[in-house]
Amino acid sequence: MATANKDDIQERMTEALESFGADREQIKREADWESLDVDSLDLVELAQIVEEEYGVQMKEEDMKNMKTVGDAVDFVSERAKS
Amino acid sequence: MGDSNDRPAGCALVTGASRGIGAAIARALAEDGWPVGVNYRKDAEGAERVVEEIESGGGGALAVQADICDPAAADALFPPLEERFGPVLVLVNNAGMRVDGLTPQMEDEAWEKVIDTNLSAAFRITRRALRGMMKARFGRIVNIASIVGQRANPGQANYAASKAGLIAFTSTVAAEVARRSVTVNAVAPGLVETELTEDIGDEFLRAIPARRAGTPEEIAACVRFLASEAASYVNGTTLTVDGGMTA
Repeated sequence: MATANKDDIQERMTEALESFGADREQIKREADWESLDVDSLDLVELAQIVEEEYGVQMKEEDMKNMKTVGDAVDFVSERAKS
Repeated sequence: MGDSNDRPAGCALVTGASRGIGAAIARALAEDGWPVGVNYRKDAEGAERVVEEIESGGGGALAVQADICDPAAADALFPPLEERFGPVLVLVNNAGMRVDGLTPQMEDEAWEKVIDTNLSAAFRITRRALRGMMKARFGRIVNIASIVGQRANPGQANYAASKAGLIAFTSTVAAEVARRSVTVNAVAPGLVETELTEDIGDEFLRAIPARRAGTPEEIAACVRFLASEAASYVNGTTLTVDGGMTA
């Protein structure tokens, strides 16, 4: 299982989002999915990566409340510690 | 070995592959260079025979036991294949069953068992397979439907509903995952010579322009194409293979 440091989680998410086609320069904590052109299938794949690497399940209802990269990073960070 | 150099490393999984159409599909995919997971429920001997045939031809294969109706089946099927051959990049949802009867007399159990085996199990196994395929940015899913999913056949309301459902499932999933270079297609066989169809009478043959039943190998050839790199732009469709019966 990967470490759950917030910076590490953000870096791993940045890598994943970049692989979906998002521009690395624009992947900031406050960036929302729409501005990054991240769609529902991308979020499903992001959830898969998070589960495999951090053991944290991001369910559909959880993802509805995540509007930005920072929301997702905080969600994973909180649950990976508990 | 076909196009095996152009695709990521991984393997194929064929459900219900110990005999009939499934066994022919497993052999055909092995000829294309795919290591093949040969799923079976009870017929271990048949599955081992398919594995031996593939291995004697220089291919890789592994018999994997699982009752696909068990919701835990996907967890049992995938890990041994992933460990030995890498991710499952070709999935053929072939396992199926019939419990025929006219609707007014059909028991709930006959309805549920057929829907569960032919449709719900395909959903659960597809869901598991998509994880590796999306990650690999390559995948081929072929669902074995039936012309009965497109055209009435009295006495098979449960089977028809399951196969029509499988066709709709196919096109919808195809649209969901197409941009990950994963294709999802169906093959709809007509009458094919297998144990599942051996009790169907000769009068049925007169309705087929080709005047004969198809062979498992003729179905397998179509699956082999849909699983190939050459079929990369074929997505969400159903290929009817019925000797002209529904033409």
